Amino acid sequence: MASAAAPHAYLQQQARWHWVEIVFWLSTLLPFVLFPQYLQLASQIAITALFALSLDLILGYAGVVSLGHAAFFGLGAYTAGILSKFYWGEPLSLLVAGALVAGLVGYATSWIIAYFRHLALIMITLGLGLLLYEAANSASWLTGGADGLQGVRIRPLLDYFNFDLYGRTAYTYSLIVLFLAFLVTRRIIHSPFGLSLRGIRENPVRMPAIGAPSRAHIRKIYTIAAVMAGIAGALIAETTETVSLETLSFQRSADVLVILILGGAGRLYGGIVGAIIYMVARDQFSGVNPQFWYFWIGLLLVAVVMFLPNGILGGLARFTESWRRRSR
Amino acid sequence: MRTMLVKLAGVTAALFAAGSIHAQQTVKIGLILPYSGQFADTATQLENSIKLYLKQHGDTVAGKKIEFVRKDTGGIAPPVAKRLAQELVVRDKVDILAGLILTPNALAVADISTEAKKFTVIFAATSIITTKSPYMTRTSVTIPQLQESLGKWAATTGKLKKVYTMVTDYGPGHDAEGAFHRGFKEAGGEIIGSVRMPIANPDFSAFVQRAKDLNPEAMLVWTPGGTQPAAVGKALFERGIQAKQLLGQEVLTDDNALRSMGDAALGIVTVANYDYNLNSPMNRAYVKAYNEAYGGRNPDLFSIAGWDQIHLIFEVLKKTGGKTDGDSLIAAAKGMKWQSPRGPMVIDPETRDVIQTVYLRRVEKVGGKLVNVEFDKIENVKDPVKARMK
Repeated sequence: MASAAAPHAYLQQQARWHWVEIVFWLSTLLPFVLFPQYLQLASQIAITALFALSLDLILGYAGVVSLGHAAFFGLGAYTAGILSKFYWGEPLSLLVAGALVAGLVGYATSWIIAYFRHLALIMITLGLGLLLYEAANSASWLTGGADGLQGVRIRPLLDYFNFDLYGRTAYTYSLIVLFLAFLVTRRIIHSPFGLSLRGIRENPVRMPAIGAPSRAHIRKIYTIAAVMAGIAGALIAETTETVSLETLSFQRSADVLVILILGGAGRLYGGIVGAIIYMVARDQFSGVNPQFWYFWIGLLLVAVVMFLPNGILGGLARFTESWRRRSR
Repeated sequence: MRTMLVKLAGVTAALFAAGSIHAQQTVKIGLILPYSGQFADTATQLENSIKLYLKQHGDTVAGKKIEFVRKDTGGIAPPVAKRLAQELVVRDKVDILAGLILTPNALAVADISTEAKKFTVIFAATSIITTKSPYMTRTSVTIPQLQESLGKWAATTGKLKKVYTMVTDYGPGHDAEGAFHRGFKEAGGEIIGSVRMPIANPDFSAFVQRAKDLNPEAMLVWTPGGTQPAAVGKALFERGIQAKQLLGQEVLTDDNALRSMGDAALGIVTVANYDYNLNSPMNRAYVKAYNEAYGGRNPDLFSIAGWDQIHLIFEVLKKTGGKTDGDSLIAAAKGMKWQSPRGPMVIDPETRDVIQTVYLRRVEKVGGKLVNVEFDKIENVKDPVKARMK
């Protein structure tokens, strides 16, 4: 680690691309060759990873615990779905619209969020999520209520690439969006702003004392996370052409939290790795045993939390660290 | 070593050859059901019937072996259901899609059914689903099919003039309310008031009191199954509503509800497309076999729909001589007639929806046990929503 006297050098060193990262992103192209029949799953993994990445920004880096993050996911999904039903179905502009709406609501609620921490935050985010869920349920003239939104029709991507049965377009599209969002996240995390977020996570009272306004920073990062969750929601609406209340549900908020903890919160790749492992495990377990597969998922989670308290990436980091030390 | 390798290669080759012949002779059915989560029991009841049918009829039809690929949606999750359907088509190469209990999931799968041209048999009871794919058919029931019939019956044979309705505030509840109102009003009845109750943990007593104040001749009560029928029954009887003033749909007086309502339930009139007490030799044999296979459990509306799903699949495969493309199968299904334990069934050649007998039942005591006894029936009921769409 660089000396404390050179924070810029520290940040620059952190921001350098590691070869493992490059290998990782190249390997995301492997499904095209190795598992062409799993592209639909791969695209949903990429979308879930994007959603988890957005939660990581607030939970992992700024220490804002949220049990209602699906609110923004659902807002993005419904915005894209409703616009495509009544106005136009061009995917890229719908993505922007979903991001905007989620971002606006995120910004509005961030004024409340920034005033609370820990347990109170859990209650507030949970409450906001449930409110939005019930609102969408009762506004069935707009959202279709419990039956889900009907009539979502998305035009081909760039008016050329159809969303095909095999999910080639869906995966390519989701992967590109995920990668771009990842680049943005990476830039944020390795900026002085990102560093002060971690400071807020560790000690929110002390940060203002050294010139970093905690609440303003939390508002900013919460809005950014809402925008990213909105994009993820819009993506799922576009690639599946379905929007239902499930996108707003507590289950989805809880799932993404589990995914993040599984992968490792506060790590850039935590959400992505968590999403891959969780979704692949789900797919495989439920294929083998459709009735009781939740048992195996539960076992996996308990094992990870017991033996790798910092998630899979945390465990890996500890392992490589000790291995490096021993080999030295 | 060398000979062993050669032998091994030979065995492998033989296996591969066997595999490919095998593959030619199977029909793969993708079952998309909520195997886990709060709807898991309905999936069990539906699949129990399918297993029973295969046990009785064998698993080979038109020279082809039936094979199932089961997928769990975990509840209402249209993106998951859609992805599973896509995977069933591209990865597992299924020929037919079936199961599909929940409306949002069935609607999401309709796109895949259309795009991949796969014959699809659903359960979900919302009327419009089958209009979303030309390869889709249904063997269960639609809510308007039951509720419009009930409304019409209440105003005519039931001689009721003023009725109040209480339904749960979500899609199927709205469907029930709309269909009952239409059927009842068209036959000359008057709806003197209606209320929609929240779906999660409602306190029924306030709603019941409001209804009672209007002094209706009868009340339609519609809630989802599970714990709510018993709770609403308790609230009704506590406030002095008589059972003979109550109208409902089958779940209001299912076995669990009757057990908790007790004798107060005597006289409730409900509408259903199936009940295990139905008195026909075919149904008695079916219920007996079902009881024996599943530890005394009685079949319900999910079971009977599962039975007819697999029966319809068998019959269309026989008719096409084993051809499995969507166009041949749906063509064969149109106008298909058969005898089910619930009575005569027809697949409407125009709408691909189910035409069946609708039964009116009253809660009575038979041999010391509360049961729903059929006292009237309406034959050849079509889905009224689609009849009007034309």
